[in-house]
Amino acid sequence: MAERATHRDRLRALEFEAFVAGAGGRLLHTATLLTGEPSHPPGAYPRAERLLYEALARTYADWDRLHGGDPYDRARRELALRFAREARRHQRPRGGLLDRLTPVERLVLVLRMYEEVGEEQTAALLGLPADRVRAVTARAVATLRAGGRRPGAAPTAPHGTAGPRPAPDSRATP
Amino acid sequence: MLDGPHPALPPDLAARAVRRGGRRLRQRRAVQRTAGWLLAVVLAVFLVWVGVEQPWATEPAQVTPPLEGW
Repeated sequence: MAERATHRDRLRALEFEAFVAGAGGRLLHTATLLTGEPSHPPGAYPRAERLLYEALARTYADWDRLHGGDPYDRARRELALRFAREARRHQRPRGGLLDRLTPVERLVLVLRMYEEVGEEQTAALLGLPADRVRAVTARAVATLRAGGRRPGAAPTAPHGTAGPRPAPDSRATP
Repeated sequence: MLDGPHPALPPDLAARAVRRGGRRLRQRRAVQRTAGWLLAVVLAVFLVWVGVEQPWATEPAQVTPPLEGW
């Protein structure tokens, strides 16, 4: 009994390591896009690594429940939900490609444009209405096209150090 | 624009994830095992109690009600 269990554990670990070897790079890229960290010097994206590590650990724990489902989908879902849960901690710009966007804009944009998840599926995954997903995507694209200045009054702190307020308090809106 | 070279994966990431995920898996199994064992014990105790006590049987009346008004 115990012997069979360890055999299954070993098999699962092998399958999982093959999966990470194949898909890990792409998932890590997704994670750096989400956290807004730069992706080129190795070691410049500790938050993305931690996010991916936690998502992968959970994927491994749920491996036997996949029942033929796609482990990549599972890992991506885990990554997105984990990021959504801790989105407030990822507001500060960190020099990455999308760090001008708010965390939610980044999440929706990455799922829709980079991962090419459908609008309905993105909405279902994040628990948002589909038209909200469409609106957030459009806003994110517009922000990126506009070259960085975010239009409208976004609820987060203004990005960049060149802003008029040196220490913005994002919560206080009298 | 979003595409680009993938960042370098830390070499031990998969092994660390296996360790942590495995820990979670073992915890989950232990909780399930304990819950199942507890359920079995509760069921056994209940069956023994039912067998001894037989709560469906009514006790025979020991006191006759007073006879009045005839």
